[in-house]
Amino acid sequence: MNARGMAAIAGLVVLAALPVVTPAYFLHLLIQILLWGFIYTAWSMMGRFGLVSLGHGAFMGIGAYVPALLWNYFAVTPWLGIPFGIVLSALLGLVIGYPCFRLKVVGHYFALVTLALGQVVLLSIVAARDITGGSLGMTPRSIGHSWYALQFPDKIYFYAIALLAWLLGLAVWRWIDRGIGREALEAISDDEEAAAAIGIDVTREKLRVTIISAALTALGGALFGQYLMYLNPETVSGIAVSLQIVFAAIAGGMYAMLGPTMGSLLTISLTEGLRVWFGANFVGAANAIYGVLLVLFVIFMPRGILGWLLTARPRKRPDAAPAE
Amino acid sequence: MDPYLLEAAINGLLLAGVLALLALGLNLIFGVIDVVWIAYADLVMCGMYTVYWLFAQFGWPLPIAFAAAILEVAALGVLVHLLIIAPILSSAPINQLLATGGLLYFLQSFATLIFSTDFRNIGLRLPIIEIGGLYISYARLLAFAVALAGAVVLYWFLRRTYVGTAIRAIAQDREIVGLMGVDQRRIYLVTSAIGGALAGLGACLLALQYDVHPFIGNTFGPLIFMICVLGGLGNMIGGFIAAFVISQIIAIGGYYFSTELSYVLAFTLFIVLMFIRPQGILGR
Repeated sequence: MNARGMAAIAGLVVLAALPVVTPAYFLHLLIQILLWGFIYTAWSMMGRFGLVSLGHGAFMGIGAYVPALLWNYFAVTPWLGIPFGIVLSALLGLVIGYPCFRLKVVGHYFALVTLALGQVVLLSIVAARDITGGSLGMTPRSIGHSWYALQFPDKIYFYAIALLAWLLGLAVWRWIDRGIGREALEAISDDEEAAAAIGIDVTREKLRVTIISAALTALGGALFGQYLMYLNPETVSGIAVSLQIVFAAIAGGMYAMLGPTMGSLLTISLTEGLRVWFGANFVGAANAIYGVLLVLFVIFMPRGILGWLLTARPRKRPDAAPAE
Repeated sequence: MDPYLLEAAINGLLLAGVLALLALGLNLIFGVIDVVWIAYADLVMCGMYTVYWLFAQFGWPLPIAFAAAILEVAALGVLVHLLIIAPILSSAPINQLLATGGLLYFLQSFATLIFSTDFRNIGLRLPIIEIGGLYISYARLLAFAVALAGAVVLYWFLRRTYVGTAIRAIAQDREIVGLMGVDQRRIYLVTSAIGGALAGLGACLLALQYDVHPFIGNTFGPLIFMICVLGGLGNMIGGFIAAFVISQIIAIGGYYFSTELSYVLAFTLFIVLMFIRPQGILGR
């Protein structure tokens, strides 16, 4: 076994053992880091190939609201509700992605279309206030500890679930990375015309990562809803969330497998650090600092922190920018 | 015809003026420098706070507060270009969009930090005019007229002055313009200042009608992008038509259904139109 495999196993053992030694507050942070890391990883599956989406809040929102609504109104277990939300979200990815890729809506036009998509979902949730509670948000009906309802007051369960989800995200990343699709997608993000000319089915390749990314993001949204037991349209689908996803993925580095997770670790540590240091009144400061950092990252370090750290190694892609 | 529906339609028309003006500013930057300032609406927010602060808190006369806000946002526009856009001018357009996304985050959080999330009103009550049984707010009428005048002045500037001609030339072909002896960097700065000034003017007009809060940019920012893209790059008439269509959907949809649903309708229309006419309504 090589050193890399050993490091991965050691890391997993540490992650599995962490909840035994950490207090509940840190467990809460760890769950958030893993779940956001999962969502950022899902976003980067598109982002690394130049498909910069500013509307991933749309997929998160569907993933979170569909199972909660089914549970509250029809007592459908999240075990069915979550897959249903994932399917709907993947369908939305298909419906938006197919015409975009077919008609060559790329670059900032793609970003603006996804931005509009995020707004459509956000405002639809608010508009359906009779069943979703509008901008006040909603609470899934709580029945205490239950596997059937996927509700666990004890955080340790959600830690395990978040860890599994995160590992699933990394596995999918690896699967894309190892497959023939990666090379096709890299060719597409370098030069779409040339890629099409050598026989790559541009629309199909892009659609595949888009659907995967949408589905995983929906799963992330669903798990957040189940964990926090509170949904709010702004916190699952708002512009701020969609931008937060983009920022963290870029900061961590969207071209490396662990980059988005690094972004999650960084941003959550920064928020919590500032909150503890300055108190809750100063919460805007963390976001203001994010904003400045995002600008600096895009200008000076478009490959993100992990990407920057890894540049000492032989590069796979020299100086890749988020998109061409 | 239902007078309330007519009122909604007229209010939509009046709102279209201001939205078109803002889309024009964004369009200019998009067309000339080829960047999307995703934080454009947040520059407007800065201008609105300036008006609020100078007029309602410090008691400056309104015209001077307006002038100060326009100058301030114009200066902000120049700063945005110098600090954020210029260093990455040659990188992929999406990078510039993301960098201004950072600015959006920063401005909203900074405003929250300084001004809190309270809604603030400049506290100026302009009269409401009655025309044939219809009640129309003077503030909206004024905003529409000023927005139109602003657009005409901009049109004149772009058509009749040397700098305006250079700006249009760059929008058409940035390679050749350099050979013609135009200093691109200077034109970019002028364009950013004009774009900022238009955001400042829009801020003054919006401050007359709406409360200002740190997230006001999120409510109409996406609308401005839609109008700008739908209108087609470098197409002022198209911008006005797009602004009119979008604001009518919002006004009349808001009358029949709810405000949110009318926005959903407008955004869906935008997505569909991006597929069938990516070059804009009147695009070439």
